[in-house]
Amino acid sequence: MTEWLVLLIMLAGAFFILTAAIGILRMPDLFLRMSASSKAGTLGIGLILVGVAIFFNDFSITSRSFAVITFMLITAPVAAHMIGRAAYFDGTPLWKGTLFDALKTHYHLSTHELDSHEVIPADQLPDQLVGDFEADDFQQES
Amino acid sequence: MKELLLGMILVTLSSALVITFIRLVRGPNLPDRVVALDLLSVVVMAFICLYSIRYNQPIFLDVAIIMALLTFIGTVAFAYYLERRT
Repeated sequence: MTEWLVLLIMLAGAFFILTAAIGILRMPDLFLRMSASSKAGTLGIGLILVGVAIFFNDFSITSRSFAVITFMLITAPVAAHMIGRAAYFDGTPLWKGTLFDALKTHYHLSTHELDSHEVIPADQLPDQLVGDFEADDFQQES
Repeated sequence: MKELLLGMILVTLSSALVITFIRLVRGPNLPDRVVALDLLSVVVMAFICLYSIRYNQPIFLDVAIIMALLTFIGTVAFAYYLERRT
């Protein structure tokens, strides 16, 4: 009975990881891809570790597995934020359906600091952060 | 029947591995590849947990812990590299 429960929980976790993988392949833009992979991936690996904790039913294994879940819950947003910030400064093109980029005028380009008021007037933006959406492989497929 | 369910989990995880690997090869920029590598390590961690259940070896979980630690450090290093590069 317990093994059935464990296998069903792990199947749900594997399904969420597959969802994250499909999202990372089909989404048109780096930031949309990150939003798919970090959330669904964390939920999937969390479910699988809960299954491991139920299966072994031992205090040391349970504490170890919950330590890994806590670690993933803490580090996944931090890693996604760092990669997203670095990619934004690197000039990663946004999806052409993006309506509004609030960060565009608020970053100091030399120091990479965020400011609460506009530091660059909107009509003299550098080309790097505007970026045409060239490498759109979402459109090549459909 | 349990073997069938286990096989379904393995097939799901394997297709996730293949799909992520396609993005790792194809990704137009370096940040796409870093994100794909991050998800790839999550899939590998899930595989390790599944095998520790299949062969009843709880010692395999330590490998998953080390995998999570190393992946986080690797992602942070890549982010520093990307931000300093320009």
